This record gives sequence, structure tokens and C-alpha cells, in this order.
Amino acid sequence: MDELLQIEHLTTSFKISDDYYAAVDDVSLTVRKNEIVAIVGESGSGKSALAFSIMGLHNRASITGTIRFNGQNLVGLPPSKMNSLRGKEIGMIFQDPLSALNPLMIVGAQIEEALILHQPSLSKKERKHRVIELLTQVGIPSPDLVYENYPHELSGGMRQRVVIAIAVANQPKLLIADEPTTALDVTIQLQILDLIRKLKNDIEAGIILITHDLGVVAEMADRVAVMYAGQIVEMADIYTLLSNPKHPYTRSLLQSVTSTAEPKSTLYTIQGIVPSLKNLPRQGCRFAPRIPWISESAHEEQPEMHEAAPGHYVRCSCYNHFYFPDKEDSNVWRF
Amino acid sequence: MALLEVEQLKVHFPIRGGLFGRKAEPVKAVDGVRFTIEEGQTYGLVGESGSGKTTTGRAIIGLNPITSGDVLFQGRSLKRIVRGSNQSFRRDIQMIFQDPYSSLNPKKRVIDIVAEPLRNFERMSGQEEKRAVQELLEKVGLSPDSIHKYPHEFSGGQRQRIGIARAIALKPKLIIADEPVSALDLSVQAQVLNFMRDIQKELNLAYLLISHDLGIIRHMCDYIGIMYKGRHVEQGTTSDIFGNPQHIYTKRLLSAIPDMDPNNREKQLQLRAAVNLEYKEAYNRFFDEQGLAYPLKPLSETHYAAMPERG
Repeated sequence: MDELLQIEHLTTSFKISDDYYAAVDDVSLTVRKNEIVAIVGESGSGKSALAFSIMGLHNRASITGTIRFNGQNLVGLPPSKMNSLRGKEIGMIFQDPLSALNPLMIVGAQIEEALILHQPSLSKKERKHRVIELLTQVGIPSPDLVYENYPHELSGGMRQRVVIAIAVANQPKLLIADEPTTALDVTIQLQILDLIRKLKNDIEAGIILITHDLGVVAEMADRVAVMYAGQIVEMADIYTLLSNPKHPYTRSLLQSVTSTAEPKSTLYTIQGIVPSLKNLPRQGCRFAPRIPWISESAHEEQPEMHEAAPGHYVRCSCYNHFYFPDKEDSNVWRF
Repeated sequence: MALLEVEQLKVHFPIRGGLFGRKAEPVKAVDGVRFTIEEGQTYGLVGESGSGKTTTGRAIIGLNPITSGDVLFQGRSLKRIVRGSNQSFRRDIQMIFQDPYSSLNPKKRVIDIVAEPLRNFERMSGQEEKRAVQELLEKVGLSPDSIHKYPHEFSGGQRQRIGIARAIALKPKLIIADEPVSALDLSVQAQVLNFMRDIQKELNLAYLLISHDLGIIRHMCDYIGIMYKGRHVEQGTTSDIFGNPQHIYTKRLLSAIPDMDPNNREKQLQLRAAVNLEYKEAYNRFFDEQGLAYPLKPLSETHYAAMPERG
């Protein structure tokens, strides 16, 4: 059994003025060992809320469903148990390295913190040795010097490497990377992505990569889950998802990227806006208001996931009836 | 005559440090940049953070002092225009900022935000002003009824369009757009980019588009300048840069663009390794002792690159 993480029917709701609103709604997802699963979505899609639910970082949310990590259900786990998993078995890489690091501590000490907490048996000398080893592993030149540096003395790429060193300090089995390269330049982004790929092979971890950047997904992911308004709307392996996308939202997103469009052409735009948490439709297909030219009867009343092909899941039957309004044929995504 | 000519622009920031605030070596944020923008065209300025692309844009519009060099707008130097004197050029150059959340005053209503440039330059009655603002909002695809709303009542893309409405209120000839869509979601990016191109055609606008996103640059620009440490390393038409890059830095930057086809992963890996190797080996030839690029040399009528002194 190499299913590392099994999420089933996970719903994370927040209380806003006496009512509960589901930021993550009935999400089921598995992550295997040595696999990168990308979660793609725009702001408000619930992708970060999902990551925080796995990490147990929402203390005021109501969470239902199950999150099985190595067989153990994380939902409702007492904080003390969760603390011993977090940072040890499950590591997290945050988006903005500057706010993830403590500005008043040298980076060496910040990495050591993770070791003190989860590997108390290490002696001081062993710890420092391990930190230098980690800094080397994440590709930091002259790790002895960087050990003594404060975060502000390092460049953005170096800081993100330090954040990654902290996340992998205890060789976690699951790594959650929340927009790990969004704050970085393209050449640095490439280095960090290479590093994440290398670490995956080193520690054989399962990785959840949260991003809004389809280019990063195409480069990194083994499987992809596309989220819209709190739900997974499509899930498939990366080749299938990019060559044969089914859900109207996935197809629309792929249609609106600049990198593959004809220069100076008019880009495809999705009508309307992403609904806010309080305005989520509680019934029916959540994407329906954005594709008003598709007849109502094409949607399901309670949209379910359909297995369009083995391993390829799509929510709501509307994908069978979707077409782009002003293009003859956009059924096939051409590279 | 070009609309905008930037001549050997230098923007240096003095640093005072150490005991008694001695003057240290200044930071050369922009160190000898020259380019021209023709009417109705889009010039893209690309570079990594710290390359000086934003400082260049801010210096053109007068938000950063020019150390040396000059900026000519329709043949007139912007450097000599002193505060308080004839500032009519300010009508013709406008700016769109990166972050639509911090560039709109949260305490002002949309009508006051969009009408501010009109109030500075035009004499209008309240009625005329209201009509003008409503027209502008319609042009950017917002409801004319929303003039009394506050910025927080709009989504990110809508806010960016309010910023654009403000920028086009005086019918400028040049808009400096500094990362206009990088704070926006993918589907909203497409809306704003389409819209920028529509009003460009309508008003015969020129853009100076500053971005680190090469996909957007390729999509929008006629000419592109690649900056590194305050200098241009390469300059040319979009097809010069993307089809025939000459400088090792440009090559490295282009190879780092994510590939949308997962079938190319292995190929990309090898390509990037080769480009990185070339970059390392040729680094000392392409950059001087301080790691700065050499002056641009013409390769064709449109294409310039900072090629090494010899060979």
C-alpha cells in the first residue's frame, strides 16, 4: 500500500456571523509515496484552506470527513498528537519566505528548532552538523557562513531554500508546498522547482503542490486536481489533463493563458467573477453562472464526480455539453 | 520623431553609511539605459527583481530623480521641467500600478478617484465631470452606476480597471504599466490584457510594459528590452528576442519559462543544463569585472545585444 494520504469527503467550514460557509467542500484526494499532486485554482478556490486543513492549522473551522495519513485519521486528532506530526511527518513550504522566517533569529537556529522539537536525542554538535548538511542539500553555497546569517541578509531564492530546509529537516513523508515559487523570479523559480523534484527523490516523499501557475504544474506534477469555489472539478494525471481537459473551468483556464496563445490575439476570458465564500451557490453546478450560454438542463442538480476515463474524474455532467461561444472548435488543447 | 526617447538614463541612489554618514559607493539602479518608443507601440521591459526596470519607469514619469542622461517626450526634455512650471506633459504620460489594492485610496469614491486627473487639468462642471467619469467607467467595462462606490466593493480585476480608467481619463499618449496584472488571477489577467490592447487601438496609446512574466511580454509587446543590473543586455523586436536571442543572459531567462507540454520535460531538462553550462563558461566573456553587461552592439537594424568586446 503506497497511499500516503487519503482524503475523503473533507469539508472545512468557517463561521461567519452565525452561519457556516464551506471553503473546502466535499474534497476527496489521495497522494501516494513519491508522487507530486498539484492543486490548481484561483484565489478563493479553497486550495490553501485545503492545505491548512491537512496541517491542522485551522483552529476555528468545523471540519468533517476524513484525512487519513498513513492510516491515521487527522480530523479531530488532539493538538498534542498533531504537534508531533507537524514538522516531522508532514512538512510545509510557505509562499512568502520572508514572513515565514523569524527576522530576529539566525537561519541556523531556525532550522535547529525543528530538530530540537522532533529529534531531542541529538547533541548540540550533531544538530549543527545536520543543519549544515541540510543547507548543503538545499543547494546553499558556503553553508557555514549562511548558518550565521539573518533572513534579511539573504536573497529571496536563498530564503526559500532555508524554508525548504526547515520543511525537510525531519525527512517528512508528506510535503505541502503552498505557492513555493510565486514570490520568486523565473530563473530562481526553476532552481527551486528542481530542488523540490530532487528532494522528492531523496526522501521519497509525497508532495502536494499548490499553485495557480499552469506552467509550474505542467513542469512538476504527476497528477492534478483543479479546484473551483471549494470543490475539485477535475482530476487526472498531468498528460491527460493538459491534452484532454474536460471540465468547462479547466478548459477555460487553459484557453486564457498567454504562453500558448497567438501573440497579440484576443485572449479568452471567463465571464463573471469567482463567487465569494458567502455567495457560493449551495445547489447545482457552481461554474454554471460563468457559462450562461450552456443550457440549464446540461447541469446536474447535485453535481457529482464522474469517471470520464480510468483515473480521470470530472464534476457535473455539463462537461459533455460544453463549447466555447465564439470559436468553432476548441475541444482539443493543442501544444 | 519618436514619442519617447530615453537617452543614457542613469539613476543612482546615494548611500550614506558608517561613521559620520560618509558617502559610500551609490547603488546604480539604472546605469545607462537607452531606448525609444514610437506612438501606438508597446515596449516591454523585462528583468529579474533588482534589475532596474521599475526604477526606469518611475524615472520617466518623474517619481525617481534622474542622475544623468535624459528623457525626451515628443522631443522635449522632461528633465528640465521644474515643479510648478508647465507640466502639460503630465497629461500625456500616465501610470498603471502593480497592486490594485494599494494604488486606490480606500476613503475615496470611484468618482473622486477617476475624476482626480480631470480636476487637475480640465475645468469641468459637476455635471460634465460626472458624465465624463461614467463614460470612462463604461469604457473599462464597469457599470456607470458604480461611481459612488468605494474601492473595497470591487474585485481585484475591477479595481485594476478603475486604475486604468483613471490613467486614460486625460487621453494620454503613453502609459507606463508596471506589472499591471501580476497581482491578478489568471482569468482576470486575460480580461485586463485584452482590455489594455483594446484601448491601445482606440486611443493610439503607447505602452511601456514592465513585467517579469515573459508570457505576457511576448503576448503584448512590439519591442523588448532585457535588463540586468541596471543595464540592457539585449534589445529587439519580439521575434528578435524570442526567435534569435544572442546574449547568454537572455538565453538563460528564456529557457527558464515553464513549458506547457509535460512531454517535453526530459528535453527541457537537457536544454536548460546546456544553457546553464554555456552561461557559466561564457560568463567572464559577457560581463566585466563588476559583473555588468557591456554596451549594446547592433546586430541588425532592430536587434542589439551586449556582446563581448572581442570575438
